[in-house]
Amino acid sequence: MSAVSMTPAPRFDGRGWLVSPALVCLIAMFVYPFAYGLFLSFQPMEQTSGIFANYARFFTDATLWPTVFITLKLAVPATLINVGASIPAAFALRRNSPATKFVTMLLVVPVTLGTVLIADGMLTYYGPNGWFPQALHALHLYSDEVRLTHNYWGVLISLVISGFPFAFLLILSYVTGIDPTLARAAGTLGAGPWQQFRLIYLPLLVPGLTMAACLSFVQAFSVFPSAVLLGVPAGATRVVSIAAYEAAFESYDYSLASCVAIVMGFVQLLIVAAMLGARRAFYSGPTTGGKG
Amino acid sequence: MNAPHKTTGGGAMAATQNGDFMTSSLSNPAAAQKASTRRKPRREGPGARAWRFVVWGAMIFFLINVGLMIATVTMNSFATRWFGTPLPEGFTLHWYAQAWNDFQLANVLWVTMEVVGAVVLLSVALGVPAAYALARAQFPGKKLALLVFLLPLMVPPVTYGIPMATVLYKVGLGGTLWGVILANLVPSLPFVILVMTPFIEQIDPNLESAARIFGANTFKVFRHVLLPLLVPGILAAGLLVLVRTIGMFELTFFTAGPDTQTLVVALYYAVFSTGVRAPQSIDAMAMIYMVITLLWVLIALQFVSPTQLVSRVKEAPRDE
Repeated sequence: MSAVSMTPAPRFDGRGWLVSPALVCLIAMFVYPFAYGLFLSFQPMEQTSGIFANYARFFTDATLWPTVFITLKLAVPATLINVGASIPAAFALRRNSPATKFVTMLLVVPVTLGTVLIADGMLTYYGPNGWFPQALHALHLYSDEVRLTHNYWGVLISLVISGFPFAFLLILSYVTGIDPTLARAAGTLGAGPWQQFRLIYLPLLVPGLTMAACLSFVQAFSVFPSAVLLGVPAGATRVVSIAAYEAAFESYDYSLASCVAIVMGFVQLLIVAAMLGARRAFYSGPTTGGKG
Repeated sequence: MNAPHKTTGGGAMAATQNGDFMTSSLSNPAAAQKASTRRKPRREGPGARAWRFVVWGAMIFFLINVGLMIATVTMNSFATRWFGTPLPEGFTLHWYAQAWNDFQLANVLWVTMEVVGAVVLLSVALGVPAAYALARAQFPGKKLALLVFLLPLMVPPVTYGIPMATVLYKVGLGGTLWGVILANLVPSLPFVILVMTPFIEQIDPNLESAARIFGANTFKVFRHVLLPLLVPGILAAGLLVLVRTIGMFELTFFTAGPDTQTLVVALYYAVFSTGVRAPQSIDAMAMIYMVITLLWVLIALQFVSPTQLVSRVKEAPRDE
């Protein structure tokens, strides 16, 4: 519905000024701190070191640079699981039945409850005396002590619990946007369900999948409360955000903290750019079928 | 004369050889069955059925685990003592009273309400005019403004939260209520703008032109023409911002002081110091947080779709 306005638009539209309060607010609270942080990271606290001292320290200090790899070790599997499990789930639920609506509504709950509540629940439920180990022992599936909290697995499970619904809902909206008559046309030409998926749905889904994977990865890479509450913040799950937080609020070294935050953003940018670049190898065209 | 005909009848089928559909379907139930089932898909093979079973099974397993996790928190908050048994030893309500006093929940809830209310009001008050300008007006720098509005949604809060907290502490707003409100405004404002812009684009610009012909200035146009039409959109955007701000942890964590914590930050500190306090009182606090969040989620789901509630960006637009 885009009706043409009957009055001609003036050369400089004064209504454009309506954007300024929001713009000023965001520039002051988002753009300026970012620029200030970038500037600050080149001004280390010891005045005598060079401007790259913070970055040099980050890449040589054994409590700082491994955090990037630890975070990647958490974020990459979590993203693969979330996106990989969402694809068949979204396919199974792509028809708009009452079951789909019900499941979708249920899946909203873990995301809106947030990672802190999930962490609290997991500590009790997956803890050594919770219902999950009790059930495992009662069903004789596992007789040893179940260690799913305060280690790597606890953080990974919490990333899946909070990340899977997000990836699933996003991919569901992409899957339902693909015209089903395309696959049916392939079916009349003799393609089985797996071939239909591989040759029709998957290439059309790749742009949406890449977007969902990028967003899931960025969300998983910035894990923070789960890594502290459910992991080992001083060891196996010392993620980048913990290093930045400690630099800012325990050492009060704001320039180092800004440096860590910038490295964190940079790594995320690299991986997202790599994913978007890999997507170019696939089909990129219209996703609606039929005429034209 | 003997045209091949896939019927089971004998000579009586001679009359159907010229393809009389009515006769053929009445006298041949097999063909009628085939005609009416031609629209249904091929029966799926055992492999496809097993695969569907696996997918549904995994989803149900996931949902059951999440449900039981929530149930654990609920049951623990009512338990007198619970250690390693399927059910707790007894039930009581006194943990709620203890949590209320121990964690100063009255103050925390009041702060949460203030922060969330202020963020919703401010983001709507600032965001709706900005969305109007983006939808209607062409001005130099529009693309740059759009980029500034989109960036906070792409970057995760932890990455920009620390530099933002640094600046807030530098200007002296760190730890104060206004610091927390301003910090939470950063992801909410672009969200409102993204949600409202298509709403405003849908409104016929001729309505505004007609109002101006009758002498209305921009403020009157807003008040009498636009706002009544935008109320559903504002309601949806406001509810989305409300639910997200209640659960927004990282930004408040970095900018709050000891008496300006929202409920989720207070919950984090309680779980973090889990050896000091009884886990039952922590779970009582978690229950209060959960009930508040789920209540607003239920209200919000009446007006928005689940995908909008969860994803940080607009849904993928359908090709039109």
